[in-house]
Amino acid sequence: MAARISVPQNARRGDSIEIRVAIQHPMETGYRTDDNGTSIPKNVINKLACRYNGAEVFRAEMGSGISANPYLSFFIIAANSGELRFDWVDDAGVTGSERTSIIVAG
Amino acid sequence: MIRNRLIVVLFAASISAGVMAQSAVRPVPLKSGIEFTGAEVRALQNDEFANPGMLWVTRGAAAWEQPAGGENRSCAGCHGDAAKSMKGAAMRYPQIDKADGGLINLEGRIQQCREQRQNAAPLKYESEELLGLTSYIRMQSNGMPPNISIEGAARRHFEQGRDLYYKRVGQMNLACAHCHQDNWGKKLGPETISQGHGNPYPIYRLEWQTMGSLHRRFRSCLSGVRAEMLPQGAPEYLNLELYLAWRSGNLPIEAPGVRR
Repeated sequence: MAARISVPQNARRGDSIEIRVAIQHPMETGYRTDDNGTSIPKNVINKLACRYNGAEVFRAEMGSGISANPYLSFFIIAANSGELRFDWVDDAGVTGSERTSIIVAG
Repeated sequence: MIRNRLIVVLFAASISAGVMAQSAVRPVPLKSGIEFTGAEVRALQNDEFANPGMLWVTRGAAAWEQPAGGENRSCAGCHGDAAKSMKGAAMRYPQIDKADGGLINLEGRIQQCREQRQNAAPLKYESEELLGLTSYIRMQSNGMPPNISIEGAARRHFEQGRDLYYKRVGQMNLACAHCHQDNWGKKLGPETISQGHGNPYPIYRLEWQTMGSLHRRFRSCLSGVRAEMLPQGAPEYLNLELYLAWRSGNLPIEAPGVRR
């Protein structure tokens, strides 16, 4: 699972900053069949969470309606320098994670 | 008598139209497919982060550094920084392979490198890894137009590609040219018919919900006109790819493209 995370490297305390996440995943809906007519089991990234210095600041619960290779964008308030950590899991139990650091001034 | 003469005239006209169709021409003016997609798709392609094709580029960049095969050597082990060594490389494909004299495209060259230099198993044509490497390498030539040769040994391939472009195929009895040369800019259902250039490939196609090669697109088109599809990498597709590269004139490469 390739993933891309976009977080501003520097921010001022109190700033609203945009976080962007893109994950490569088929997001199989569970409604499709393969060439032999056998149903393809649902397999989507059902949960994604973002923790900022250990505290959860964003969580998404996703289902069949989200397209393949989901792209999420959300805003958080810059508080302290530290680490942003992203964790997600799909229906097959496969997990992924990414981390990135941010420097907050002021 | 008059009627017979008319038939002769019509017959002659149809022959001359047939002969005319065999000459290689470019659309005027040349337009990249991105001009036909609508604002949302254009914005998606141009946003370097949101462009879903960039996920494959990210993968390709990782694969570039990853040692593989019996030689345990990575692409970077020989070629170094792709941003320098691969700049302008993709614009020269398809080209005649000096070793065996056949036509080879970028995917073929990657495969050849894997087998001969890395001593690694070949990648499946439409595999995630090959799409990743192809888009990563193609992207290093963004903004540059194709710089291919259609002379010498390539001439025969170019002519066969051109003939295929104008050949009616399938139950719909349509050639590539009927849509993309004669009727681009007009509507086919809700979509505007593009000029059908290869410059954005590999593309992330929203209908596929994934990345696909130019040869996958050929298969889609052939399926659309209910013609027989060939496997990706088939010699006929390589010839067509060469013709399309010539036909796209000075349109710059814009990989990874996004299309509906």
